[in-house]
Amino acid sequence: MIKRYRTWLTLPLLSAVCAIAPARAQDAETDIWHKLRDVHFAGRSFEPSSDAVVSLEAPNRAEDAAVVPILIHAVRPQDPDRWVRKIYLIIDKNPSPLGAVFTLTPDSGRADIETRIRIEDYSWVRAIAETDDGKLYMAMKYVKASGGCSAPAGKDMEAAMARLGRMKFRTDGQVQLNQPNLAELMISHPNVSGLAMDQLTRLYAPPRFVRAIQVSFAGKPILSADVDFTISENPNFRFYFVPRTDGELKAEVVDSSNATFQTSVAIRGGSAAGS
Amino acid sequence: MNSRWLPVGARLLRGAPAACLIGLALAAEPLSPLAVIRIAEGAYVFYGAQEDASATNDGAIANLGFVIGERCVAVIDTGGSRVEGARLLAAVRAATDRPVCAVINTHMHPDHVYGDSAFVAQDPQFIGHVHLAPALAARSASYARALQRTLGEQARESQLVMPTRNVTPGQPYALDLGGRTLTLRAWRTAHTDNDLTVFDERTGTLWAGDLLFAERIPSLDGSLIGWLAVMDEIEGMNPKQVIPGHGPSDNWRLALASQRRYLRALADDTRAAIRAHRSMIQAVEQVAASERDRWLLFDAYHRRNVAAAYAELEWED
Repeated sequence: MIKRYRTWLTLPLLSAVCAIAPARAQDAETDIWHKLRDVHFAGRSFEPSSDAVVSLEAPNRAEDAAVVPILIHAVRPQDPDRWVRKIYLIIDKNPSPLGAVFTLTPDSGRADIETRIRIEDYSWVRAIAETDDGKLYMAMKYVKASGGCSAPAGKDMEAAMARLGRMKFRTDGQVQLNQPNLAELMISHPNVSGLAMDQLTRLYAPPRFVRAIQVSFAGKPILSADVDFTISENPNFRFYFVPRTDGELKAEVVDSSNATFQTSVAIRGGSAAGS
Repeated sequence: MNSRWLPVGARLLRGAPAACLIGLALAAEPLSPLAVIRIAEGAYVFYGAQEDASATNDGAIANLGFVIGERCVAVIDTGGSRVEGARLLAAVRAATDRPVCAVINTHMHPDHVYGDSAFVAQDPQFIGHVHLAPALAARSASYARALQRTLGEQARESQLVMPTRNVTPGQPYALDLGGRTLTLRAWRTAHTDNDLTVFDERTGTLWAGDLLFAERIPSLDGSLIGWLAVMDEIEGMNPKQVIPGHGPSDNWRLALASQRRYLRALADDTRAAIRAHRSMIQAVEQVAASERDRWLLFDAYHRRNVAAAYAELEWED
């Protein structure tokens, strides 16, 4: 009895640290998050309930940490009276936690974004929607993935550099006027993080990544994105747009070396021509 | 740190887990030899558990082995931890007193290479694909974190070792063990970008590494199209027996046919999903679902295979 009592006295000091740490690992109110919040959303509060505004779909355990598909879904359509104007994507433990800021308009139709990201370590992934009245709503998911940013981009860098800047637009068959239509923008770009160190030479491959994307339809902005190497190699975005007339769906892309790339596709009422 | 003062450490990648435990030697408890099976004259295989690496199985999930020549011994893959490597060395010692002159790594994955450090004191040459060194270097930090998470205390002293000899695709390397030659062949990107096979001329045995999975679902970390092509070439080598990276070696033709069926289904269904404009998230749920009941660990790896296949194939045409 005495022995057991002694154990009880001494163990809690040690085990308190060990036992609580794993539980805290999945507590979303982390120190890292508090710092990020203070940097990017100083003085602003988050609405207590976000379920009616935004959701985030991501795997619990990532298939490949360098290519983690995620879907940010806005629950309501983009109503001119109430719409999502920005979506911030934050991966707490990434070397560059604020990985993307998407700016949307009522002409986006739906504020849904599907893309693929790199995740460096087990982390909370947060999608923060800012509505046109300035309120913030956060959806989040804990994703187990490791090494996505520091892994070398691509299996064949020569081939990747040769087709750097190629772009494709894809739309779903019939494009319907005055309704949200799904579009996909594919950008061929290695999106080199600059964080993959060659430990033999102690040199880093120089970073080169897509940093800005502007999508417009018939001259009106649909979606713009400020991004970095958080987005996976060959950046890919699925989003919506509402064509009111025939017109041109156009994308302009700038990378970190200030190279610019463009693509466009003609959209006709009731149908689309692929690029 | 000045690496000149660390002749062994200089060959090891720093930042590996449990560095603080170095010095607490494994010598405290004698390690039991791995239960190897003699599969041909002077050739022994340890068949790893058909499970995911965990503290329970010490990361001993891959097939490993060694081949004994008149002069010396070549070890082919070393296991998922230093502990497993030390147990493999104990198995070598139980079979022969000839020195270990070569440690061959069939590719970069942790379950095959983390035992390398147990062999450093034998001073063998460490042989790998020319892409192995950069692949290990680039992943050393995340591999170390993953190993620590998966094995915990069992990860202790496990470190990556850089190859001292490279093999280049198109230039096979003949490794002479004294009266016995192993032909080492480096491949184009397939399972990974650094796959290497070992052919034992004397017994007609091909050590395929993870270019062949038997019963356990293949995992794609290189090129789907490349892998399918490399499988055809391996079949064309017409070996007498093949030691897969995972699973039994009793019927390699059946294992190869099953793997080809799975990889083709993965390619065909993924292409169809891309043509139908399904997203990666949707494809991951739908592609090759009919294969589910045919593989061990399907749910742990299939989705990542689809994501990798999708990323590879979406820029075709």
